Amino acid sequence: MMFFEVLRIELFKIFRRPRTFIAFGAIALIILLIQFALKVNGNEFILFFTDSQTDTFEIPFGGILNGYFVCVAVLHIILVHVPLLVALIAGDMIAGEANSGTLRMLATKSVTRTELVLAKFAASAVYVILLLLWMALFALVGSLLLFGANDLVVFKETDLHIISNTDVVWRFIAAFFFAALALIMIAALSVLLSVFAENSLGPIVATVCIVIVFTILQQLKVPVFEQTINPWSFTTHMLGWKGFFYVEKSADGIAIPGSIENPIALVKSGAILLGYIVLFMSAAVWAFRKKDILS
Amino acid sequence: MLVALPMKKIILSLLSFFMIVATAQASDPAAVALLASVKKKYDLVNDYSARARLVTNVIFIKAPVSQVTVYYRKPDQLLVKNEKGISFIPKGTVHINMNNVLGLTNFEAVLSGTETIDGVLCTVVKIFPLSEEESITRATLYIDPTKLLVRRSVVSTKESGTYSIRMKYGSYSWCGLPSEVAMEFNTRDYKLPKGTTLDYDNGTPKASGLPQKGKVLIQYQEYTLNKGLPASLFR
Repeated sequence: MMFFEVLRIELFKIFRRPRTFIAFGAIALIILLIQFALKVNGNEFILFFTDSQTDTFEIPFGGILNGYFVCVAVLHIILVHVPLLVALIAGDMIAGEANSGTLRMLATKSVTRTELVLAKFAASAVYVILLLLWMALFALVGSLLLFGANDLVVFKETDLHIISNTDVVWRFIAAFFFAALALIMIAALSVLLSVFAENSLGPIVATVCIVIVFTILQQLKVPVFEQTINPWSFTTHMLGWKGFFYVEKSADGIAIPGSIENPIALVKSGAILLGYIVLFMSAAVWAFRKKDILS
Repeated sequence: MLVALPMKKIILSLLSFFMIVATAQASDPAAVALLASVKKKYDLVNDYSARARLVTNVIFIKAPVSQVTVYYRKPDQLLVKNEKGISFIPKGTVHINMNNVLGLTNFEAVLSGTETIDGVLCTVVKIFPLSEEESITRATLYIDPTKLLVRRSVVSTKESGTYSIRMKYGSYSWCGLPSEVAMEFNTRDYKLPKGTTLDYDNGTPKASGLPQKGKVLIQYQEYTLNKGLPASLFR
């Protein structure tokens, strides 16, 4: 019962701070800018992906540029940067209290330290979910209103997938759930780093740096990293939301409606992200229980 | 539909027959006569729209089966349109219209033996356009001489490679319209610069990216013939 009381207070604290709404405002602004850019110059954007095929195929530019396509483009651009917005709140959860001198007082309340850390993490998770719902509202609903609905074309490095518009909505829902899992993992990392810091800047910057370093390692495509670090790097598995937009094809080359290309990989990625959450939160709880709170 | 052909159309068909005979004097007369007979049959159709099922089999495209409408207007306008979704239609689908080859006026044609296509003994006719302006450089037609139907065609073009087309016929064979068309064509490699799409690696082997043969299958479900289609539809 005490846990939910602390969670309620933590949520109140999060949504009382003006900076919390910076993230919501930034996301809305970025999405609107991307939608505007695609409305004005969408054909050029599609041509970038289809240029090599314009001699062989009639490219249905008008059809490709629809609300679903724009939403995937928005998520592709934005989700890489959202860890910063998550770290901004989660990294402040404990270090912020230490910095303002309220952590010691909080620890004297009739709530265990484990409950306290878990409630702060849960509050961060709620923030992540609300941020994603906000993003879904603007990116999916907004794009559908602006561009209309049609089949979704997903461009990959060496192939492209066409998904029937009747087979798309559940994929977005699944992708948003997966993205929530990935971002909650970032929140767990931030909370862990926050336990060791006396001001919030450290864990926020550290979280962002860790994400950047692992993303660069992933992008470098160096065989030694591909075989050792990348299969276990959380940045690799954070991209799992895209997996819901990759379809399987039959032996005669036809995309199978309702299918996902290698769903086992998605389950594995989800399990790894969940494992990181458990690992980071266990470490955070252990460290916070041992912590000598001086401020 | 066949019964009430106006006299004007009969005269036009005869004129086109004589035109082919006249302009292809260097050709094998038997080949030219066979082509003229086939063309006469295809000329019964001025335009059509047809509902069809489109199956795309290209190594780098994962597309579901789609419902399309095929529009044709004499002599060489053809449009394949996915009304409710997205399809990557090969530009060469224009060659599924046999009038693209049969409508040539300046060419040489030679008989090149026989070959069995789908259990039917066909006469092979090779056609070489003589005009520099033609986009087709060479065409081979495999013609069923009894039913006067093109069962297979191989069309080489100046700009977009070679298209191999096989046709099956059903209830519209009387006017040369197929019930199924399978087209094979050359594809270019598809590869985006690394890192641009930041793909999720789900362990699936990547497509080779090398040029390969693509296939498109069009299964016609219903034709509407000679109702008149506006030219604006094809713009």
